[in-house]
Amino acid sequence: MIVPFSHVLVLSGILFVLGVFCAVARRNLIMIILGIEIMLNAAAIAFIGASLRRQDLDGQTFVLFILAVAATEVSVGLAIIVYAFRRTGSFDPGNFNLMK
Amino acid sequence: MSLEGFLFYVLAATVVASTGAAITRRNLVHAVVYLIFSYFGTAMIFYLLGAPLLAALEVIIFAGAIMVLFLFVVIMIRNEHSESVLFHGSQWIPAAVFGTIYLVIAFLSVFTAPWAGAGLELLWASPSEFALYVLKNYWFLIEVISLLLLIGLIGALQLGRTGRGKQAEGEA
Repeated sequence: MIVPFSHVLVLSGILFVLGVFCAVARRNLIMIILGIEIMLNAAAIAFIGASLRRQDLDGQTFVLFILAVAATEVSVGLAIIVYAFRRTGSFDPGNFNLMK
Repeated sequence: MSLEGFLFYVLAATVVASTGAAITRRNLVHAVVYLIFSYFGTAMIFYLLGAPLLAALEVIIFAGAIMVLFLFVVIMIRNEHSESVLFHGSQWIPAAVFGTIYLVIAFLSVFTAPWAGAGLELLWASPSEFALYVLKNYWFLIEVISLLLLIGLIGALQLGRTGRGKQAEGEA
């Protein structure tokens, strides 16, 4: 036995809350995407723990897909941020009212 | 407590501490570097929990590719006017309240669940076993992921190209 499964879930929950806090409370687009990355990472930890608990590889497979989704999301998200920065000259999400 | 358990708690404390440091940095480069530490710790937790291939991929993709992409963008776009207030009161108070409620409920439900004390037995998935399992059972999702990556590539290219075109028009 390594650790109880509940402790892995608690670690994952703490990381997820930190990610949500970063995404909600910071007024900076790059920090918001960093918060989303932290949340995806927390979900990956929970999946690995669940895979170990159920003694099969389905959880680990899903972590593989989380990695792919995170990579895609961050590349497109950063491209949008760079584009928006060129338009407005700021990282503040309050300034992006271009559709008005 | 076994050695693995001790290592797990040390790594968990390191990951939480470095993530907490990352989300409170004013300087974006420092935040990204703290997050790289956090991802290295996560990779070691993956290894400890019996997923060596995913530990390697975590270092290569998360700590390597994604964080380097962040660093490129942060360094490329110099942000003179950084945030004057790190956490705005109207935003962080609700976030903290709801986050605390969520954490308390999650702790209660996790620790009172019938399987709360159940330990994790080691399952060591060697990279070849894992790859065979994925390709046998989830080959269709692999195709979906490749399509998703292609769409991401096209989207990033399109956004970057349009931005440059607009800027060139503005200069001309």
